[in-house]
Amino acid sequence: MSKDTGNPARAADSNAESRSAPGMPLLRIDAVVKKFGQFRAVDALSLDIQAGEFFALLGPSGCGKTTLLRMLAGFETPDEGRILLGGEDIAQISPHQRPVNMMFQSYALFPHLSVRDNIAFGLKRAKLPSSEIGARVKEMVTLVKLDGLEKRKPDQLSGGQRQRVALARSLARRPKLLLLDEPLAALDKKLRESTQLELMELQRRLGLTFIIVTHDQQEAMTMAARIGVMDAGRLEQVASPRDLYEAPRSRWIAEFVGDINLIEGKLDTIEGSHATIARRLAIVTEQAGTIHIAKPSHPLSRTSVCVAIRPEKIKLSRRAPVSDDVRAINRLEGVVADVGYLGGVTGYKIELDSGLILRSSLANTARLDSDAYGLGQRVVAWFSPEDCVVLEQ
Amino acid sequence: MSAEANFTRPARLAAIAPYVWMALFFLVPFLFVLKISLSQTAIAQPPYTPVFSLDEGWEAIKTAFAALSLDNFRLLVSDDLYVLSYLRSLAVAGVSTAILLLIGYPIAYGMARLPQRWQGVAMMLVIVPFWTSFLIRIYAWINILQHDGLLNQILLALHVVSKPMVWLSTDSAMYLGIVYSYLPFMILPLYATLSKMDPALLEAAADLGASPRQAFWRVTFPLSLPGVGAGALLCFIPIVGEFVIPDLLAGSNALMIGQTLWLEFFNNKDWPTASAVAVVLLLLLLAPLLLYDRLQRRQLERT
Repeated sequence: MSKDTGNPARAADSNAESRSAPGMPLLRIDAVVKKFGQFRAVDALSLDIQAGEFFALLGPSGCGKTTLLRMLAGFETPDEGRILLGGEDIAQISPHQRPVNMMFQSYALFPHLSVRDNIAFGLKRAKLPSSEIGARVKEMVTLVKLDGLEKRKPDQLSGGQRQRVALARSLARRPKLLLLDEPLAALDKKLRESTQLELMELQRRLGLTFIIVTHDQQEAMTMAARIGVMDAGRLEQVASPRDLYEAPRSRWIAEFVGDINLIEGKLDTIEGSHATIARRLAIVTEQAGTIHIAKPSHPLSRTSVCVAIRPEKIKLSRRAPVSDDVRAINRLEGVVADVGYLGGVTGYKIELDSGLILRSSLANTARLDSDAYGLGQRVVAWFSPEDCVVLEQ
Repeated sequence: MSAEANFTRPARLAAIAPYVWMALFFLVPFLFVLKISLSQTAIAQPPYTPVFSLDEGWEAIKTAFAALSLDNFRLLVSDDLYVLSYLRSLAVAGVSTAILLLIGYPIAYGMARLPQRWQGVAMMLVIVPFWTSFLIRIYAWINILQHDGLLNQILLALHVVSKPMVWLSTDSAMYLGIVYSYLPFMILPLYATLSKMDPALLEAAADLGASPRQAFWRVTFPLSLPGVGAGALLCFIPIVGEFVIPDLLAGSNALMIGQTLWLEFFNNKDWPTASAVAVVLLLLLLAPLLLYDRLQRRQLERT
């Protein structure tokens, strides 16, 4: 083991140049497997994370995201594969020798130590001179806005303050990589939102690499530049929040992230009949007739596909829109079956004559409800081919 | 609305029940003992004067009160026998508690670290000796430790010693007996605090660069101090007044205060002096008792 990992907090300052060769990711997870008995919690998972990135691991509970994070921290040892940090395999290195810190979901603050001693804990273990420890603690306290609370014990702090102590403690050693396990789960909604922004601000300002584990997609979308969605120990998709939402790779992702309408159909193979409409495909569905979609960038390998469309992309009108508008080429008639007012938007369920339920959500742009559609009202739901995604699996 | 209104009548009765119990079975007997400690020995039945008698009227009680004196307490201070007994009791209790802590802590720590389903088994193993009478277990030790006992037989058979060693009636035998008897009282409170500890704290310590040894001394041990305190006091307090174990296992050259008290009471028939010994013993133990009470209270407030 190199000296670097033995004393990470001290090494961190001189670390900038040795961090990584250009093009080399800060963290490379290479075909990592973790088994609990017969159960493969993490299943041959590979992932690269660049220095300075804010990465979110998103997934339902039991998908293996926490196990993966715990392997990065060193609390679990992979059964197979490598974990390279700055080019060095840390998979077998014990947690107290890793230049990685973690913020725990429960915060795991030491109840017998004051705020100051909690933050200083890691610095003392790194044997920094006491003057530097003092300075570093002060810096951290100011960073997370805990000035004046240094002498309090954790049980004398509010939930939000505890969260800040946990953050300061995990940042104090200036880790190459900070792991955050559901860091905001215990906060109430308002506090969670403001803390999300503060965390992002902090990460940018300090130029740190964050990996956050969360089951809250809103949180992942808001904070992370890249999201890895996990299911059953594998990464289903790694993408930016926008791509994840607008270009899901699979049916599972499409349904997991946000709301979506899925319509099964078959690719119309007689493309000649649609030659007049450039760059479009026609999908023949049983329940919603023919749906025109934009031709995907990659060729489809199967004819049996699924059309996915987000509720906010489906517009409603009382009468059929002007017929030659291309954006309204897909139009389906139905009856309003349910109205859910949510403040900023209203969610409608439109029951088509075939029995298919389409969900549409419309922004409430006007204060008065003259626009609203009532239960039982007959409406036309229409959407643009560009707003449809075709899914093969 | 007042706080009392929140409680029903049975609940209020239940709340005073412990105080009634304490008054009837602790405070009243203690007052008897205190009164006897202030009396003089007499060849009579009961063997002391004055005796309060309610049927002789108010004046008689007043004269009886005037006859009370602190003579017995003066005797305790003036005679080496008593002072040395007290000191020996405190020393034996202190040494025993230290040994108990050294043995009990690793056992409790190990138990708390066992897989959940084995913790119950381990707990049973600690408690099982209680199912046999305490006296029988001490007599069993006598059997093991005596001249031709099991211990000497084994040592002879293994050729560790060439002739039987003297074990019985030594301080070592007494410490062995005390540690053996009190170990569960040390282990159980320690186990209670150690098993409640959040394992994430140790992970956090490791994450912040603490080696397993540092994590133990910086996190586990400080957090287990309430258990250490409870276990130590739970052992120390009764050991100070211990009578049976030193009487059966230790030699007779130095006495613990419990033995001295026994001698005064049964051999010398000196009830007043024996009572004075008991009162002073209680006063000596008041400090650790109050300390224990405070620790328990703080524990309750935490949880």
